[in-house]
Amino acid sequence: MTTATEVRKPVHKSSPGAARHPRRPGRIRRVSLPYLLLLPALVLELLVHLVPMVIGIVMSFKELTQFYIRDWGSAPWSGLDNYSMSVDFNAPVGEALLHSFLVTVGFTLLSVALCWLIGTAAAICMQDTFRGRGLLRALFLVPYALPVYAAVITWVFMFQHDNGLVNHVLHDQLHLTDKPSFWLIGDNSFYALLTVSVWKGWPFAFLIVMAGLQNIPKELYEAAALDGAGMWQQIRRITLPSLRPVNQVLVLVLFLWTFNDFNTPYVLFGRSAPEAADLISVHIYQASFVTWNFGTGSAMSVLLLLFLLVVTGTYLLLTSRGRRAADV
Amino acid sequence: MRTIRAAAVGAVTLSLALAATACGGGSSTGGGSDNSPKTLTYWASNQGASIAVDKKVLQPELDKFEKRTGIKVKLEVVPWSDLLNRILTATTSGQGPDVLNIGNTWSASLQATGALLPWDAKNFAKIGGKDRFVDSALGSTGAEGKDPAAVPLYSMAYALYYNKQIFADAGISKPPATWDELVADGKKISAKGKSVLGAEGSNVAENIHHVFVFAKQHGADFFTADGKPDFTNDNVVAAVKQYVDLMAKDKVIPTGNAEYAQNQSVSDFAKGKQAMLLWQSASSNLKSQGMSEDAYGIAPVPVQSGTPGTGAQVNSMVAGINLAVFKNTDNLDGATKFVKFMTSDAEQKILNTAYSSIPPVKAAQSDAAFTAPANAVLKDTLATSAAALPQVASESQFETTVGTAVKDLFADAAAGRPVTTDSVKAALQKAQQQMPAK
Amino acid sequence: MSSPAASRIPSVSPTAPPRSFLWTRRIFLTLLTGFVLVPVYVMISSSLKPLADVTGKFRWLPRGLTIRPYIDIWSTVPLAKYFANSLIVAGAATVCSVVIAVFAAYAVSRYSFRGKRVFTVTVLSTQMFPGILFLLPLFLLYVNIGNATGIALFGSRGGLILTYLTFSLPFSIWMLIGYFDSVPRDLDEAALVDGCGPLGALFRVVVPAAIPGIVAVAVYAFMTAWGEVLFASVMTNDTTRTLAVGLQGYSTLNDVYWNQIMAASLVVSVPVVAGFLLLQRYLVAGLTAGAVK
Repeated sequence: MTTATEVRKPVHKSSPGAARHPRRPGRIRRVSLPYLLLLPALVLELLVHLVPMVIGIVMSFKELTQFYIRDWGSAPWSGLDNYSMSVDFNAPVGEALLHSFLVTVGFTLLSVALCWLIGTAAAICMQDTFRGRGLLRALFLVPYALPVYAAVITWVFMFQHDNGLVNHVLHDQLHLTDKPSFWLIGDNSFYALLTVSVWKGWPFAFLIVMAGLQNIPKELYEAAALDGAGMWQQIRRITLPSLRPVNQVLVLVLFLWTFNDFNTPYVLFGRSAPEAADLISVHIYQASFVTWNFGTGSAMSVLLLLFLLVVTGTYLLLTSRGRRAADV
Repeated sequence: MRTIRAAAVGAVTLSLALAATACGGGSSTGGGSDNSPKTLTYWASNQGASIAVDKKVLQPELDKFEKRTGIKVKLEVVPWSDLLNRILTATTSGQGPDVLNIGNTWSASLQATGALLPWDAKNFAKIGGKDRFVDSALGSTGAEGKDPAAVPLYSMAYALYYNKQIFADAGISKPPATWDELVADGKKISAKGKSVLGAEGSNVAENIHHVFVFAKQHGADFFTADGKPDFTNDNVVAAVKQYVDLMAKDKVIPTGNAEYAQNQSVSDFAKGKQAMLLWQSASSNLKSQGMSEDAYGIAPVPVQSGTPGTGAQVNSMVAGINLAVFKNTDNLDGATKFVKFMTSDAEQKILNTAYSSIPPVKAAQSDAAFTAPANAVLKDTLATSAAALPQVASESQFETTVGTAVKDLFADAAAGRPVTTDSVKAALQKAQQQMPAK
Repeated sequence: MSSPAASRIPSVSPTAPPRSFLWTRRIFLTLLTGFVLVPVYVMISSSLKPLADVTGKFRWLPRGLTIRPYIDIWSTVPLAKYFANSLIVAGAATVCSVVIAVFAAYAVSRYSFRGKRVFTVTVLSTQMFPGILFLLPLFLLYVNIGNATGIALFGSRGGLILTYLTFSLPFSIWMLIGYFDSVPRDLDEAALVDGCGPLGALFRVVVPAAIPGIVAVAVYAFMTAWGEVLFASVMTNDTTRTLAVGLQGYSTLNDVYWNQIMAASLVVSVPVVAGFLLLQRYLVAGLTAGAVK
């Protein structure tokens, strides 16, 4: 994994063997040990993720509609039909998928950016001690710790048109709108979804950045201060660059989680999301479960997976270029 | 190293083998959910005010059944939000209940999966024959020309529930019989500061039930005679537009209802905030919300003109719940006995009374318990002016696509965007293109 | 800008913040606190209101307080049973996930072997699988394993435990690799010299030194399992339903019992939030040494 380890390991490996000469169980055991340790993880990942994924890919080549779900071994192969239907952007199914995909991309980018921005800003603000810092930190972590359902249903309650808090504040108290807005249907649903997603997601960024900040040596700041760098300059020249490795992983993880998030839109809007907030995971869920077409649903999932693979690969390549391969 | 390889190869082989078995589907091995002839699993739909209420209603009856036959019935009340998914997964895996409730509109769709026991003459004979059931209810048990996929259990119809006090305050002497009257009455009611008519704009199934009736009243159908979707013909478009216009143009449905999906309109009605409600068999719901029976009246759902009847005078769908037997059951005999028990005259009276529905069994329907005025309207509607939703295999997709289209149109109306013939047609066109090509 | 401040109070840390920063910080943190707290306040206050209050116009201050919702929640849906199910499922998934992750991370951190890279990349890449892709296949797989071997996975808590533990596994392994790497190798080498086997070294030396990391991983695993909705909705039945799905029972045919939903949400959240906040010190420490290194 890391070049550093590769260098270290021969020493490591030979020393125990040498020390325990009499009980030496032989090469096999020593060589097999790491594999044995990995085995449970490997088997489980195979069982729950990889094998089902392979089955899913197989399903995507079948015509798996309500007529065949009872015995899907007998479902006819449909070649690339499911795929060509999914990517025919001139036909409604493909068009809807493309729309949903674009909505998801826009939503994910905004959500990740906001989560990162708020999380980082809060972490930097709370870098040095002040009264009530511990309390505030605990408070900030609450949205992240709340179970998804509990958090999102509270937002549903607040976003109601007639009786919700949001309209009460915006319309009745601040008079910002002429009439109460709809948040759970129509175009505003996008902002509702974004708000909930950021509310739930930023504490994770906060947590990680906070941890990352602790690894920045104090001397760097001291040196900068001696050079006459102000607070803002220190943030720009020391803090942010030092956080780069942390951010690399953080942004990727946030991106994947947000992109694949099913729970938030599902609890917020139910099984048929408004068009403006039609995230791809719910869209595919609807395409397979609600319209009973599991073949097409699988094909869409596979396309999504391919997209995520490409994005992740590209991202890692681009961001790692400046870094040493050793820290992956 | 070699042992590791062997182990790894073993693990991979094992998982591939599992995958291979999975590919086999639930065909050969898929047995019923239990192997003992002395038990049955029953999935009930949520008919009462809550799941707890359903258990209270059903458990004593199941105990009765056990006493008589020695067969223990394991009851699970499945919420509506989960029911179709659960049936689908049961179908896919072959692991499901022995007996289950289905919404009667799903009959043809589920029939197409082949997961439900067909009720041919032989099976019907075991429960006393097909003639025991009302014809309109049998019309919603599967595609025409095929053996029914289920037998009727509860029947319901839509009616217009109106708040007597609000009507009196607004100076309205009798409930509206036509849509024009309803809109005119609405003006008087709005003037008194009450909202007029409730709707569940984000509830896909409710939307379907209403636009189906409007389509009938415009002399149109969503499907052609040979079962092809035909959502964009002018009459269907006009029908859908008329329903959405109740909010967009006539302003009788409050815009806030566009986001309702959890029966908030029923509770608005029960609380006296809203004058009218179009609902199926709402009495027990209203009662559990503390609305007394004298506070509201029940009238037939309005028509375009004249009085309810057949053809363009239809004013309700045939709503109801069917009882189906899962084909994979290991206890076919017990399952049939259970269906016979649930559809017996005595049980029909008890259950339909509890749920304020109408028994689809003729003998039970004529019982005194179902002749009260409230039930008279429902019974009348079912007998003379209700029509079954299309019994086609793609019915559930129809509910999803068109129901969602109507939901989106309501969202437009609520946001103050114009709802035009063109925008309705475009929405329906999109819905139609998302239907399975066949 | 900060140099005057720094020169005035030279003994304070050289990063003594300037006024502009202090003000920005004050405003920003206040706004953020509001954003975070409002839903929490709504949840708490609504859970104490009578039903008529929560189905009418929103009010900041409750007209009357009642603890009725907290009594009713237990009878409207079998909340206690769901609670027990969630506790069993999330607890077991957490324990298994942590143990398995510790083994795997130890192997990757301390040994070099063929396939190591493939392993780490594969395991980590499962993080990007959309759940929806393998929901149905996994379900079919469980059913078929059940039919072939008699081990009930589908509909059982076991199946759910298995599923959830693999959800947290990749992130846990990755975090622990980082943490274990930071535990000095001299420590376990010393243990090996003292005659411990590799596993002895793991449990007597590496694990105790990595407690913060392990706690962090456990918290993460528990939360993942506690809140999951999608798989729970398909893979559970009446007896094994978990809280995340069971809470939906409060919106019934009749009415949406908002006060009860809020009360139940609160009851469900308190153990996780309390646990999380108690352990947050470990969490930050664990992340600092592990993941973000």
